Amino acid sequence: MPYLPNTDADRAAMLKAIGVRSAEDLFHDVPAALRFPKLQLPPALSEPEALSELRAISEYNVDLDHAACFLGAGAYHHFVPSVVGHVLSRSEFYTAYTPYQPEISQGTLQCTFEYQSMICALTGMDVANASHYDGATAMAEAVVMALGVARGKRHNVVLSAGVHPEYRAVVRTYTQGMGLNVTGDDQPRDAHALAALIDAETAGVIVQTPDFFGYLADPDELRALSDAAHAAGALFVVSANPISLGLFKPPAEYGADIVCGEGQALGGGLNFGGPYLGYFACKQVHVHKMAGRIVGQTIDRNGERGFVLTLSAREQHIRREKASSNICSNEALMALAAAVYLTALGKQGLRQVAELCYHKAHYAAEQLSGLPGFQVLDQRPFFQEFPLRCPRPVAEINDYLLDEWGIIGGYDLGREDPRWANTMLVCVTELNTKDQIDDLVEALGALPDHDAETEDAA
Amino acid sequence: MKEPLIYDISSPGRMGANLPACDVPRAPLPKAYLRQELPLPEISEVDLVRHFVRLSQLNYGVDKGFYPLGSCTMKYNPKVNEDVARLPGFVNTHPYQDAGTVQGNLMLMHGLQEFLQEISGFAAVSLQPAAGAHGEFTGVLMMRAYHQSRGDPKRTRMLIPDSAHGTNPASTTMAGYETVKIASDARGNVDLADLEAHCDDGVAGLMLTNPNTLGLFDEHVQQIARLVHACGGLLYGDGANLNAILGIVKPAALGFDVMHFNLHKTFSTPHGGGGPGSGPVGCSATLAPFLPGPIVTEELVEVEHDHEGECDHEHDENEEAYRYSLEAPTSSIGRMKAFYGNFGILVRAYTYIRTLGAEGLRQASQDAVLNANYLLARLKGVYPLPYDRTCMHEFVLSGVLPNAPGVHTMDIAKRLMDFGYHPPTVYFPLTVPEAIMIEPTETESKQTLDAFADAMLQIAQEAKTQPELLHGAPHATPVSRLDEVQAARQPVLQCLKG
Repeated sequence: MPYLPNTDADRAAMLKAIGVRSAEDLFHDVPAALRFPKLQLPPALSEPEALSELRAISEYNVDLDHAACFLGAGAYHHFVPSVVGHVLSRSEFYTAYTPYQPEISQGTLQCTFEYQSMICALTGMDVANASHYDGATAMAEAVVMALGVARGKRHNVVLSAGVHPEYRAVVRTYTQGMGLNVTGDDQPRDAHALAALIDAETAGVIVQTPDFFGYLADPDELRALSDAAHAAGALFVVSANPISLGLFKPPAEYGADIVCGEGQALGGGLNFGGPYLGYFACKQVHVHKMAGRIVGQTIDRNGERGFVLTLSAREQHIRREKASSNICSNEALMALAAAVYLTALGKQGLRQVAELCYHKAHYAAEQLSGLPGFQVLDQRPFFQEFPLRCPRPVAEINDYLLDEWGIIGGYDLGREDPRWANTMLVCVTELNTKDQIDDLVEALGALPDHDAETEDAA
Repeated sequence: MKEPLIYDISSPGRMGANLPACDVPRAPLPKAYLRQELPLPEISEVDLVRHFVRLSQLNYGVDKGFYPLGSCTMKYNPKVNEDVARLPGFVNTHPYQDAGTVQGNLMLMHGLQEFLQEISGFAAVSLQPAAGAHGEFTGVLMMRAYHQSRGDPKRTRMLIPDSAHGTNPASTTMAGYETVKIASDARGNVDLADLEAHCDDGVAGLMLTNPNTLGLFDEHVQQIARLVHACGGLLYGDGANLNAILGIVKPAALGFDVMHFNLHKTFSTPHGGGGPGSGPVGCSATLAPFLPGPIVTEELVEVEHDHEGECDHEHDENEEAYRYSLEAPTSSIGRMKAFYGNFGILVRAYTYIRTLGAEGLRQASQDAVLNANYLLARLKGVYPLPYDRTCMHEFVLSGVLPNAPGVHTMDIAKRLMDFGYHPPTVYFPLTVPEAIMIEPTETESKQTLDAFADAMLQIAQEAKTQPELLHGAPHATPVSRLDEVQAARQPVLQCLKG
């Protein structure tokens, strides 16, 4: 049996020391009629067999090493420097548990402290926690925290329609037992419409930038929205793409109380949607209402600097039913990936990545807007994604792009909302070369019209 | 031993990454939107690698030594699982690719759903929850949705035994339920009289960890299920301790209605210093419509054979093949996170189950229980044992040693570090004073267990003869005992200059 070091002789000696005849006897508390069911599982594989089975399964996929990709919509194809994988492969990091015993966990603790520092640097906030499951659950926890800051006295949140539809769904799932009213996401995506919804019952106002459609919000408009939230005694929550923060104003500058978001772009890879990283930062004044692990600096008995998990009186293992959240296991290793990524890129590199995404996306938008039948919808500033109105359903176009050109096209905005039918959310990152963009333009320019295809099929 | 902070080794102008040049014309940037300062460190690649490698060396991990952390199942993490999870065909797939281009991912997820169903006896599984507590919250929301679907919204109370993990009451509160604590009896089981007294038509259900956090298999689990069901409640299973019962008993057969799995415990995926984990939820057919979606479905479809360039006429017929899709259950509580779950963790767990098979899983549980009972037998004469029963995969001792006043469980835990071990879980469960909760797992040999037992026995001796050795411990670690009070009273939570 793999991974089981004890031999039959070891087992016999141990049974003797315990004073039972067989290992089966150790299970006498299990109802006899239900004991030892035969599990119907496929026969065990040796290591080489497992490797080849899993490799074969992975090869049923079309992966992005073999197709240019213009998909984003909350999961982004960015370059992951080799150092990230190498640091994460240190088994001192990945085979450790949560650092409850700080004397032998200074590696994880200091890395987390540095991660918290870098998240504060990116967002402009005072404190950050050591992670949530992903950007969606980080936002849901921000909503729960806003309710906590309001001490249960407010029951509304205003949620922008510019927030990722799956994040909005998760906010609703999380809060279904909390008696919360969510408004705003059936309104136009502008700050004035949202501000009009704020009242004395509002615990939080939640926006995303760049929004789900790729547009950057005007910092002055966000400041006005933030002021409106604060005037009503509500928190202002901003979900921000962390790569965009390499170039654009940190949300602290326009009044955010909580900044959260998806950290997958920070060295996380795509991984078919997980594990990702929910980053979360807030103002110092709210730190006792924040969920999750927090690492703090302290000293040991010799006065040497060291790090510990701190402010744990917020957490489930201490406060139980009164905790700020139930979160226990989080995405610590992904936070380490983000710390290594932000260290590798640093002050100049992160800005460079953000600029590359910006320029390439704008080049793509410019080229695509010249194609007959296609339209880039809006002239507002955007970061690395933009909606492209297409002459045919996006699903059909994407089939054509993959079959004829080996290109994975953009996200079909019509799949969540019929008002966005025939609209593709095109995402361009630093990994999309000019050649790939030119190929996409050429491919869409050569898109056969619908009738021709139907005739062909007939 | 102190490693400087990353910001302290930063120097202007350095960079640790090598990016492509811009190959397109530059577009004008919206000036009013741009940030001025970006206070990130500036480090070369070599300094980056040395910094993080040196930090890694200050850590303890399963690969360094024995990690008997009760309730956490710190078993060895097989290396082949790491290799397969890093296959580019898995890693470089986008969650919004068309289902037709990610059939491998979906097939693997469907396979894992089926394995977990078979192991647990449940009718359906969702792989979406990202951790155990996330799975618990999912399960409690499903219980709530079930009661509401029956027009029975007055059930507002969740019963939780006093030995439960803190996540149980915390998840219950998040779902909008009130927590009611149920006492344990003298043998460490749920107190049936107390349970019965609390079972009425206001009860949504009971959250039961079985084996419980004392490492004991509840002797009345079927009676508990009957009591809860009789009052219209549901039985939630906290799957944290599933490692004791793989192939030993199916939780669904015991009467559980819904349960989460901890893939990062039972199915050997690494803990990563606190995550990522994965907390799939399994449930009965009655609760299946409420599972969070999407989940993977399988259907047998006819595929047209591609004739081009084929000479083999025998294959001209249409063939059947499985096609996998993502679907949301009919009355789903909704999404618990974006996308489909911690896929990279699912790959590892799938591989683990494939390499062990049914026999291997049962042997793993059997050895986990054998190892725990052996360690218990070696320690119980010296360390007080509050419940003297056959344990399952873990057991709980007390650190209140005779003739060693002033020595606490924390001292014993810290002293263990000097012997090269990670301490057990301490001060939990709350029902045992000075608790020491030991879970050896099946991946440790008798030699390792003997050496650990020898260390524990020596420490018990030291507690009487040289208590200062324990009070001053640890002596051989990168830092000595840290001032947690100062950390909480004067929080320093980041190192940016104000």
